[in-house]
Amino acid sequence: MTELIKLTAAELAEKIHAREVSAVEVTQAHLDRIAEVDDHIHAFLHVDTEGALAAAKAVDEGIAGGKAPASPLAGVPLALKDVLTTEGVPTTCGSKTLEGWIPPYDATVTRKLREAGVVILGKTNMDEFAMGSSTENSAYGPTHNPWDHARIPGGSGGGSSASIAAFEAAIAIGTDTGGSIRQPGSVTGTVGVKPTYGGVSRYGLVAFSSSLDQAGPCARTVLDAALLHEVIAGYDPRDSTSIDAPVPPVVAAARQGANGDLSGVKVGVVKEFGGDGYQPGVERSFQAAVEQLRALGAEVVEVSCPNFVYALPAYYLIAPSECSSNLARFDAMRYGLRVADDGTHSAEEVMSLTREKGFGAEVKRRIMLGTYALSSGYYDAYYGSAQKVRTLITRDFAAAFEKVDVLVSPTTPTTAFKIGERVDDPMAMYLADLCTIPSNLAGNAAMSVPSGLSDEDGLPVGLQIMAPALADDRLYRVGAAYEAARDAAAGGALIHKVPELGGTK
Amino acid sequence: MPNISRDEVAHLAKLARLAVTDDELDVFAGQLDQILDSVAKVSEVAAADVPPTSHAVPLTNVFRQDVVVPGLTQQQALAGAPSAEDGRFRVPRILGEEQ
Repeated sequence: MTELIKLTAAELAEKIHAREVSAVEVTQAHLDRIAEVDDHIHAFLHVDTEGALAAAKAVDEGIAGGKAPASPLAGVPLALKDVLTTEGVPTTCGSKTLEGWIPPYDATVTRKLREAGVVILGKTNMDEFAMGSSTENSAYGPTHNPWDHARIPGGSGGGSSASIAAFEAAIAIGTDTGGSIRQPGSVTGTVGVKPTYGGVSRYGLVAFSSSLDQAGPCARTVLDAALLHEVIAGYDPRDSTSIDAPVPPVVAAARQGANGDLSGVKVGVVKEFGGDGYQPGVERSFQAAVEQLRALGAEVVEVSCPNFVYALPAYYLIAPSECSSNLARFDAMRYGLRVADDGTHSAEEVMSLTREKGFGAEVKRRIMLGTYALSSGYYDAYYGSAQKVRTLITRDFAAAFEKVDVLVSPTTPTTAFKIGERVDDPMAMYLADLCTIPSNLAGNAAMSVPSGLSDEDGLPVGLQIMAPALADDRLYRVGAAYEAARDAAAGGALIHKVPELGGTK
Repeated sequence: MPNISRDEVAHLAKLARLAVTDDELDVFAGQLDQILDSVAKVSEVAAADVPPTSHAVPLTNVFRQDVVVPGLTQQQALAGAPSAEDGRFRVPRILGEEQ
C-alpha cells in the first residue's frame, strides 16, 4: 500500500498544490488500490478510469501553468454515490431499472465537484434508490465492510463509506434521507454529515423522498468533510427548496474545534436514545465520548425529546408515501428498463411488467406502503398523523436548542451487523435509523464522527452530533474538537486500525 | 385481525403498476401488515390541534426570470429511450384488446 492513499484529503491537496506530487499520481494510486481491493469490498458500481485521469491531468496542467487551484480540494480523488447524475457516466441508483443508463446532464453536486477540480473516480454502490440501511438492497450485490467483510457497511450509502474506509478514495459523497450518510459513517469508522435540508442542491439527485433527501460529505476526518461541504453547498436556483443564504463557515469551525477548547459550548444528551435495544458496547463508547466532551470544557446536560420515539414510525409513512409518487416516473417509456414490448402487451402492461422486473423487494414494499398510506380512508390515520409527528419533532428540537447548542446520541443502536442477518425482517432493518431520522424530519444538520471501537466486538461506533438548521458549523467545531481529543487519547486516528486489505486476493 | 389483507395488497400492487407474483403477495402481505402495525403508533400523539408539517423549511413559490435557457437537445432526450422512432419516443399501444 503506498503512503499516498493513507493521507487525508487536506494533506493530499497541500502536496498537489505545492507540486510535491501530481494529481495524476494521486489518482493513479487510488485507481490501483481499487483494482487491488474492490473485488473484496465491492464499493464501486462503475470506475471511470479515463475521466478521472483526465480530470487529474487538467488540475496538474493548471497548477503547472501558474493558475491558482480551483478549490482547496482540487486534485483530490472522490467516490460519488450512484444516485447523483453524471453526464456521460452510468447512473444506476443500484437498480436494474436504470442499468446502463447514461444521464444527459450533471447533478449540481457533480458540476460543483468538477468545477472545484475534484477528481471523480467512479460511482458507488447503494441500496436500490437509497432505500435501506445495509446496501444489501443493491441489485448489483452487497458491499462489504472493510472492518469485517462478513458485515454490512451501512446503507444506503455503503459504497461511499466503504470506499473511504478501504482507502479507495480520499473522500466521498453520500445522500441522507433517514441516515444514509451518518449510519454508514458510524459502522465504518468514518465521518458523515447530513447538512441542513436545502443546504446542498438536490438537482440531479434521483429523488426518493423529496422533503427529506439531502446530499452531504463523507470523509476520514472532520476537516476533510468540512472542505467537501463547502465545495458542494450553496444556493441553486434549479432546486426550489435550496436555501438562499450563505454557506455556514464549516471549515473555519473545524479548524477552530481542532484547537480542542469547547468551553462555553452546551451539549445536550438525548435521554430517549439509549437503553433497551442499544448494544452495551455502543452505549459505553457513547458515554466515554460524552465524558471526553466534558473534559474539553463543554457543559453537558440531559435533554428530553419525548416525540423522537415517534420519528421512526412517522418516517416509514412519509418516506414511502413520497417514494410511491417519485418512483412513478419509472414507467418504461422515456428511459430505463422496458420489458415485454412484443406487440401483444399494452403500454400499461409493459409498465407493470417492467416495474415488477426492474424493482427489488424493498422498493416494491415501500411503493405499496406509500400507496396505502396515501389512499383515501387511510390518509388521515397514517400520512396525516405522520405529518403531525413531524411538527412535534421539530418542536422538540426547538425546545432543546433553547437550552443547548448541540444534541448528541449514538448514531445507530448497534455496530455493523452481519450480511444477511436482517434482510428478511424489514422492521429490524429499519431500527438502524432510529437515532438519525429526527434530523431528516426536522431538516436540521447532523454529523456522525467515530467514537472508537465497541469493547465487545471491536467494531466502530459513531457519535451523532445534531445542530439547528443552518448552524452546520457547530457540528464541525464540536466534531473536530472531539476527534482531536479522541485521536490523541487513542494514539492515532481510528481509521488506521482498519485491517490491512492488500494482497489477500 | 390483520391491518391489511392479501387482496388489499394485490389491489395496491395494481394501483402502483407492479405485476407482482402470487409468492410475492404472500410475503408482502405479512410484511406490510407487520410494518403497518408498528407505524400506526403515530396516531398516539397526532392530536387534532397539531398542525401538519409537509416540509422542513417553509416553502414559498420561486419564480425565475422569463428568459430562454438551453434544455436537452432532441438527441439527448432520446438517448436513454428504450425505443425511439422518427425522433420521438416509441411506446406500446395504449389501448387494451377489450377497448
